[in-house]
Amino acid sequence: MALSREQIAQRVAQELKDGYYVNLGIGIPTLVANYVPTDIEVMLQSENGLLGMGQFPTEEEIDADLINAGKQTVTMAKGASIFDSAESFAMIRGGHVDLTVLGAFEVDVNGNIASYMIPGKLIKGMGGAMDLVAGADNIIVTMTHASKHGVSKLLSNCSLPLTGKGCIKKVLTDLAYIEIKDGQFHLVERAPGVTIEEIIKLTEGELIIPENVPEMSL
Amino acid sequence: MAGFDKVVASYEEAMAGLTDGMTVIAGGFGLCGIPENLIAEIKRKNTKDLTVVSNNCGVDDFGLGVLLPERQIKKIIASYVGENAEFERQMMNGELEVELTPQGTLAEKMRAGGAGIPAFYTATGYGTPVAEGKEEREFNGRKYILEPSIVGDFAIVKAWKADRYGNLVFRKTARNFNPLAATAGKITVVEVEEIVEPGELDPDQIHTPGIYVNRLIQGRFEKRIEQRTTRPSSSATASA
Repeated sequence: MALSREQIAQRVAQELKDGYYVNLGIGIPTLVANYVPTDIEVMLQSENGLLGMGQFPTEEEIDADLINAGKQTVTMAKGASIFDSAESFAMIRGGHVDLTVLGAFEVDVNGNIASYMIPGKLIKGMGGAMDLVAGADNIIVTMTHASKHGVSKLLSNCSLPLTGKGCIKKVLTDLAYIEIKDGQFHLVERAPGVTIEEIIKLTEGELIIPENVPEMSL
Repeated sequence: MAGFDKVVASYEEAMAGLTDGMTVIAGGFGLCGIPENLIAEIKRKNTKDLTVVSNNCGVDDFGLGVLLPERQIKKIIASYVGENAEFERQMMNGELEVELTPQGTLAEKMRAGGAGIPAFYTATGYGTPVAEGKEEREFNGRKYILEPSIVGDFAIVKAWKADRYGNLVFRKTARNFNPLAATAGKITVVEVEEIVEPGELDPDQIHTPGIYVNRLIQGRFEKRIEQRTTRPSSSATASA
């Protein structure tokens, strides 16, 4: 069975470590916050200028001056700090954020990522995504393995305008956990009940399959 | 105006001298911390052919979006422009020039512009459409692109509190691009919720020193919320 959005988030959350500063993108990455293991502390960075993002506010707590990068009303966690946008991106571009999780339309075997524009169709802008992929060393891309028409999103060459070049090393899809190195995809884990054949069929870029490909544990 | 007192009497006076074809840098992220009354004054003046520098362009009927119906914006430099139907229409028809700029690069363009730095190298955007036409250079084995900084004819800023000398304090995430915009305007105009006397703000707690501020006015703010997300009052476990 392909993983649900929540299960993808759950698997990503296993990569969190105690004391990590983490930036979560919009969509599936946001859900990762729901699965932070209870025995560790992580601090969420929101690129509009908040380190230590808390849960959503109650109706009474809503504050128009306190939002996250998705423009949602939020609260501040204990120990939070507030800063301007240049300071926020100094953290990101200076490599101070320990883990970045973001979505994508396509990823290719050279670690290129396309996530911000579909020419003629969707032109909303990159927001902070280009800074995040250029600045972070530890990035996990979450996305579905293929479109709903069965077109692979793991390619030999991205077809859409790039968000970043050669910066992606880990991809978690609904079917598999894949690492990128030496111009190839490497299958590390498969989703429970998903066969290697299914993954091969939906991976367009060159995929290396080791002898043993364990099922993910969730 | 006497000495360092930056307070002006009206919004008309606050935006006096803004003329067609100028560049305006605006603070704000989404609808949070936007100089909403200064934007409304630009609409009232009907200044045209503006180049606007702002992370976003408001929504159809609020924020910078209100400058779209009369085609007051010729060009916008922004990182994300997704929430606005009229914007999309003008962009697709080629009526509005859009220069999409990574958010961190945009912030740094303002910061550098305000600090007298004409351009800077960044890895952000290397190998992407953002790099087209820009100088590339390698430092320590990594590729960077040269990004020119930005200075505006006007900067429009929203702060929480100010003293009459233009020392500014921002509140929560309404800070965002505002302190950077404040440094990068040839004329920086700031609207605030409260103006106090010089000496009343703790010098250690001032976010933007008054040297950057030319004009100051106290306004009333709608502070519209773009995405109202809540958890139930009874639950202490739901999470953002």
